[in-house]
Amino acid sequence: MTVEATGIHRAFGGVQALRDASFAARPGEIHALAGENGAGKSTLIKVLCGVLRADAGSVAVRGRVATAFQELSLLPDLTVAENLLLAAPPRGRLGLVRRGHLTAEASRVLALYGVSEIDPRSPARDLSVSQRQVVELVRVLATEPDVVFLDEPTAALAEREVDWLAGHMRRLRDAGACVVFTSHRWREIERLADRVTVFRNGTHVATRERLTEDEAVTLMTGRTLDATYPDVSGIEAGEKALTVTGLTSGHLRDVSFDLRRGEILGVGGLAGQGQRDLFLTLFGARRPVAGRLLVGQAERSFRRPADAVRAGIAYVPEDRKAEGLLLPLSIRDNIALTTLARRSRAGFIRRRAEKAEISGVAAKLAIGAGRATSQAAGTLSGGNQQKTVMARWLLADADVYLLYDVTRGVDAATKHDIYHLIAGLARSGKAVLFHSSETEEIAHLCHRVLVLREGRIAAELAGPVGDAEQIVAASIRESADA
Amino acid sequence: MRDLQERLGYLVLAATAVAYFAVYTTSLGRPPGSFDYLAILNTTMPLVLVAVGQSLVVITGGIDLSVGGVVSVCVAVTAATGGTPGWILAVLALGAAAGLVNGVIVAFGRIAPILTTLATLSIYTGAALWILPVPGGSILPGVRAVLSNPGVPTGLAWLALVVAGWWVLRRTRFGMRVYAVGSDETAARAVGVPVERVKAGVYALSGLCSALAGVFYVSTTTAGDANAGAPFILTSIASVVVGGVAFSGGRGSAMGAVAGAVALTLVIDVLFFAGIDPLYQSLFQGLFLVVAVLLGTAAALLARRRTA
Repeated sequence: MTVEATGIHRAFGGVQALRDASFAARPGEIHALAGENGAGKSTLIKVLCGVLRADAGSVAVRGRVATAFQELSLLPDLTVAENLLLAAPPRGRLGLVRRGHLTAEASRVLALYGVSEIDPRSPARDLSVSQRQVVELVRVLATEPDVVFLDEPTAALAEREVDWLAGHMRRLRDAGACVVFTSHRWREIERLADRVTVFRNGTHVATRERLTEDEAVTLMTGRTLDATYPDVSGIEAGEKALTVTGLTSGHLRDVSFDLRRGEILGVGGLAGQGQRDLFLTLFGARRPVAGRLLVGQAERSFRRPADAVRAGIAYVPEDRKAEGLLLPLSIRDNIALTTLARRSRAGFIRRRAEKAEISGVAAKLAIGAGRATSQAAGTLSGGNQQKTVMARWLLADADVYLLYDVTRGVDAATKHDIYHLIAGLARSGKAVLFHSSETEEIAHLCHRVLVLREGRIAAELAGPVGDAEQIVAASIRESADA
Repeated sequence: MRDLQERLGYLVLAATAVAYFAVYTTSLGRPPGSFDYLAILNTTMPLVLVAVGQSLVVITGGIDLSVGGVVSVCVAVTAATGGTPGWILAVLALGAAAGLVNGVIVAFGRIAPILTTLATLSIYTGAALWILPVPGGSILPGVRAVLSNPGVPTGLAWLALVVAGWWVLRRTRFGMRVYAVGSDETAARAVGVPVERVKAGVYALSGLCSALAGVFYVSTTTAGDANAGAPFILTSIASVVVGGVAFSGGRGSAMGAVAGAVALTLVIDVLFFAGIDPLYQSLFQGLFLVVAVLLGTAAALLARRRTA
């Protein structure tokens, strides 16, 4: 065994992240580590690579170790070249770093790993999330390690980059390295892993060579998830909640559609066809170049998100840390934030009313499995953080919900909860605009699907489509004939 | 736009230099001569040195208020011992040690830099008063001739040495790590940067810079004063700000701070030749600081709007 850990315990404050956890991986294999958010995968990886010390237990890792962490460990103010070569910069005589050679050396390393579109001179903070992830991965790969830990390496990557990474993971394995990775996408685990280890509640549940998705979900959650998607077909559509005419903004070109109460309208298409611009414009975070927007019967033009909130529009983004959640604040304060006015008198917040109302919502959504709402939001796992943001907007009682890729990086059980939450919103007469990077979700959850291509509506499909293939086909078909 | 922020120090220096030239020429009826330039160089040297140390600390995301105390102690010891070369070496070691104490408390004791250095500022200032209760003391004329000769521009050589020192530091692994720590401490730790040692190192270097400043101070004024360091706290931070070093850490250069330090010294001369009562010096220096930084921010904002 190259990696072997037994009886690991590790707690953060009062939260036990790992309890009597064990894990073993051998050289020459790709080993997937599966589990829900909060199952202890990231903590285990940090303990294995030595960033965190275990409270108890033994860890043995043989060989050179390199790790790509889930929260990116690039230094934002340093250039790509400096980031890549921080550990071993090119040096001249006297041992001084040859700054002139940094860029050239970094270009060479990037080219070696088949990366051409990233400028080694640009500061890491100017890169897109996926580019940063690629640089992080190149930094890890370039050390030619014997043991590699990759924590959610594909969460920020596009399809093509995932293939690129898969190629390198296989190459390392074939060269005898031990590759350990985590992923929430079962397809990737199935495709790449020689063995799968499942974690639940901070402990080892099973290690198998063959595992179906259903078996895995059962192992990960400890329960079987029956019908994954709720039935939305019976929900009656009401009056128009949102009417968009000729909207042009960012990548969007002349987009028109309407959205009714009780309706879940999907926005699909390949990545980067203007979906994000559509959501941001409707929420007032981006000014449209042209177009009209009716909310209910009234024409509106939003100068800032606060205008949209006032008009009854809620927006839940995919990047909860950057665009919504204040990690050091308590769960309760985070939920209360947008509806403070309602529960305050003369500027003073009525604490008791707040506590009651928020505990109610938190319990309904099962945020943090019954954890006190006074705990910091940062202590929650990713899925629970996402539920916290949604709880905030549920309280706000908006009419229109803009849900942008809300299930990204969320575990299976929480996804399931979120699907039911969305169906519940529609059932109670809310209008929902829904985008997801997983086309399956759009196919099953939406009454209608708009497929965007190059900023225009390329097709409108009646739903539930049920078959993601249809949406994908409409996304790539040349003529808009649907 | 970020470039503009980082070049703020040079722009401000250029502007104040023009102002100095204009005000000097109009008030005295002739342009400043080599004697004037040398005087500026010699009086600005201590602040330049403190500002270099301060900027290193600020780049890691910290702050060093104790520079005032370290300068005072070093001034006191240098002057009280007569400034012999042996004692000057001892003073440099003392400054580095005083800085290292800050660094160890901040890095390993995990006490906030502002708190740590505020406390040690008080301790070091007290020690300076104990060593040199009344202003006085002396420095060897030979040392003086080398450090801040009023007739020969030795100061230029020292300034060149500071620039060269920074150039070398930027090319050491330590130099890269200083920026890494300030950019994102957690991430830096995750990629194997010894964060605590880097932090301890920058405070020790800041102490060394303050000690050098103390020696230069005694050399230019030919005597010591246990309160000599106090003004350096604000002026060194001001130099760093005008020099475009980001207080969030990770961005900026000590050379910007050097430019800021020279500009700040020039401003005092501008005020003097403009006939403004020295009583209001601090008022105008503060105004200058606010205006310089606001202009920099406004320019950056404009540039951003144009590219957007």
